[in-house]
Amino acid sequence: MDYLRQFPEIEQETIKCMKCGNCQAVCPLYQETKSEGAVARGKIKLTEEVLEGKLEYTQRLAKIFETCLQCKACAVACPCGVEPDKIVLAARAKLAQERGLPSIKKLIFKVLSSPALFKTGLAVGARTQGLFFKQREDGQSTRIPISGIVLRRVIPKLAKTSFLNMVPENNNVPDARMTVAFFSGCTTNFAYPNVGTSIIEIMKQNKINVIVPKAQHCCGLPVLMHGDVATATEMAKSHVDIFSKYQVDAIITVCGTCGESFQTNYPELLKDDPEYSEKAQMLAKKTYDFAQFLVDVAVLDKSKLGPIDATVTYHVPCHIGRSMKAAQQQLEIIKSIPGIKFKPLKDPDRCCGGAGSFSLTHYDLSYDILKHKLDDIKSTGADYVITGCGSCRMQLNDGISQEKMPQKVLHTAELLAQAYQNA
Amino acid sequence: MSKKQLIQELVEALGQENVITEQEDLVCYSFDATPDVPNPLPDVVVTPTCTEEVAKVVTIALKYKTPIYPRGSGTNLCGGTVPLKGGIVLLSLKMNKILEIDPENLVAVVQPGVIIQHLNNAVAPHGLIYPPDPGTVTTATMGGSVAECAGGLRGLKYGVTKHYIMGLEVVLPNGKVARFGGKTVKNVTAYDLVKLFTGSEGTLGIITEITAKLIPAPETAAAMLATFSSLEDAGNAIKGIISSKVIPATLEIMDQVTIRTVENFAKVGLPTDAKAILLIEVDGIPEVVAREAEAVEKVVIENNGSIKRAKDEQERENIWTARRAALPALAQFKPTTVLEDATVPRSKITEMLLFLEQIAEKYKLDIGTFGHAGDGNLHPTILTDARDKEEMERVHKAVDEIFAKAVELGGTLSGEHGIGIAKAKYLELELGEAGMDVLRRIKNALDPEGIMNPGKIISN
Repeated sequence: MDYLRQFPEIEQETIKCMKCGNCQAVCPLYQETKSEGAVARGKIKLTEEVLEGKLEYTQRLAKIFETCLQCKACAVACPCGVEPDKIVLAARAKLAQERGLPSIKKLIFKVLSSPALFKTGLAVGARTQGLFFKQREDGQSTRIPISGIVLRRVIPKLAKTSFLNMVPENNNVPDARMTVAFFSGCTTNFAYPNVGTSIIEIMKQNKINVIVPKAQHCCGLPVLMHGDVATATEMAKSHVDIFSKYQVDAIITVCGTCGESFQTNYPELLKDDPEYSEKAQMLAKKTYDFAQFLVDVAVLDKSKLGPIDATVTYHVPCHIGRSMKAAQQQLEIIKSIPGIKFKPLKDPDRCCGGAGSFSLTHYDLSYDILKHKLDDIKSTGADYVITGCGSCRMQLNDGISQEKMPQKVLHTAELLAQAYQNA
Repeated sequence: MSKKQLIQELVEALGQENVITEQEDLVCYSFDATPDVPNPLPDVVVTPTCTEEVAKVVTIALKYKTPIYPRGSGTNLCGGTVPLKGGIVLLSLKMNKILEIDPENLVAVVQPGVIIQHLNNAVAPHGLIYPPDPGTVTTATMGGSVAECAGGLRGLKYGVTKHYIMGLEVVLPNGKVARFGGKTVKNVTAYDLVKLFTGSEGTLGIITEITAKLIPAPETAAAMLATFSSLEDAGNAIKGIISSKVIPATLEIMDQVTIRTVENFAKVGLPTDAKAILLIEVDGIPEVVAREAEAVEKVVIENNGSIKRAKDEQERENIWTARRAALPALAQFKPTTVLEDATVPRSKITEMLLFLEQIAEKYKLDIGTFGHAGDGNLHPTILTDARDKEEMERVHKAVDEIFAKAVELGGTLSGEHGIGIAKAKYLELELGEAGMDVLRRIKNALDPEGIMNPGKIISN
């Protein structure tokens, strides 16, 4: 990620693009907008013009670079091996440096990057949410406009007690064969704590101790996504400090974006830092999506799985599939549960349009992308949509609720924990 | 009359939502997939939603004598959509409806912004295909591929785009709307104006509706990989296959540079010590496929090659993965990829391949050659770096010689990519003075003001 600090280095990436336009076929934003500025090759052309000094860091340029889901579909499809997602991040970093962050995001990031503030903010939010949000069975909609959140969007109820406050730091089992440290991530901590407790239950069934470091906070990816490299680096260092203290066999995550932070972003952000570089790499090597860990490392005990009589389908989160490459392992877990009827989506790894705060800042566009996913889900007739990421889950829940569809969305870990309970 | 007035009139005609003017957005329409051509900014980009709106844009362009550049997905390889002299880029992407699928007459009627693959997906349930399959089949539009007369891998047996276009609606450079051809298999009414506009590269008018011919999908196919230790043997095998009365759907060649690059990149198990390989597919009803595959195998062995037939769908897929990897693999080698499509009669393939080897040596360039050997359409691919001025000079000299040789061998400048900007200067080589005069007269007759895609093919 040198290019995040020294923008011209991104030329090594842009020069590889031969402008064939193959990215058009896979870019969810291009499918909706048909705009060259939405798709990778258009953004690469713009980057070239900036590097040649032909374009200024204008507001329009910033808007165009905001319009990227970071789903990496273009990177996978690119015949020339270009990683457009990196070019976009570099451009965002440069734009943030030249233009400053948008003020609403500045505020959010300030909170995200300060563990104490973030926790207090959301904890206060959890207690006062009834004041601001209409309570709905499936989540909540805003009662009064909160800047940046579109009124129609159904967002999950914040948990009254966050996951980190719910469980002890050490969750030991008798005759443990391994110990893992669990990075819960913001969505599990504040919105879906049941995913976290499911992990502890699953590990218990597999005779694995779970340490939940209480000092952990946001992984920092939302900040990095918007070009605030300095803050993201500080957050990376903080997590390297926190997680390096524990002697564990693995660090497990339940969100592709958090996992990507530990696996890829921290080592790259800290590459030139003599104090942190090696430690970050050590952590990266030990980081797995929980399903990767259970299938590839710990060898899941399938004998204890009870039946679940349901038809399920699976949405591949972009960063579980294309970043962590853990989709196969998630599917293996789902399919190993007795009684499950698995109906695949036609297009399982198409982005749901959530993309973190993109769904808040570009709600209509995000929802248009989501509609394709909802249609795909409908045609399976599944009872449950399983996915491996809290951010996708929020997005899917919003759509399922808006369209009054019958499906329930569960995290893969919750489904697996349920199977152990049914034994 | 100013640019501001022009834009104002376009906004009045199409609505603000269909007129793009911010500089950052204009940059995104200054280029297409063609390397080594200028990328000037247009003044405005418009996105009409129907034929009437296209006609309005043309009328306004005519009034202001402003150039107009039709554009689909911008994936062409001849600079066909580059707004060379500023003016209006007209995007067809909002006209993307499949208007009719008519299985009884084996035709489909589509708007120009329909993606080729989407048409194929729509006709597949009827057991039909639209055969032209350029490498950009998942991105290119019908309008763009008709205007460029795109080819593809199946050209040998199934022909190219012009063989499948039965009718067109065109907005002429005077703003009037004309319709040519239709759904009938036979049509000899007057001049073949459908053919004139197919491949006209947006220089004579703007295609707004296409009636395309469909054919029954082949029932089955057999894919084969033939390996040769000399280029001559490979060339003779190509001729031999056709002489034995077999017309494969696909008959592709890769030279050693390409084989090694692909294998290094995609690891699909290609023989890296071979001088050339042929990738062959025959298709049709099972009995015919079996007989033709045997005939192909016999010819390859007679010409000192070895051959392997794909045993299952996976092996077949591997063969075509290797072929699809050719351009990307070569492209990763160096920053700039100059891809040509000079085409020679099939009988001259060997001569052309040997010539390309000499050219690479003469100008000290990396040239990988692959392509549609069965129809004589080769893709010599020069791997270079546009930032290296000295090397680019050698590239240009090599390209000059390649085109001269293709024409000398009785071939053509372009098998499937079109002339556009990139090859306009070579036209006289092939057409001669009399031929150029015909082109110029046609252009002047239809577009006397020279507003339609200026700088492409021929200038007024």
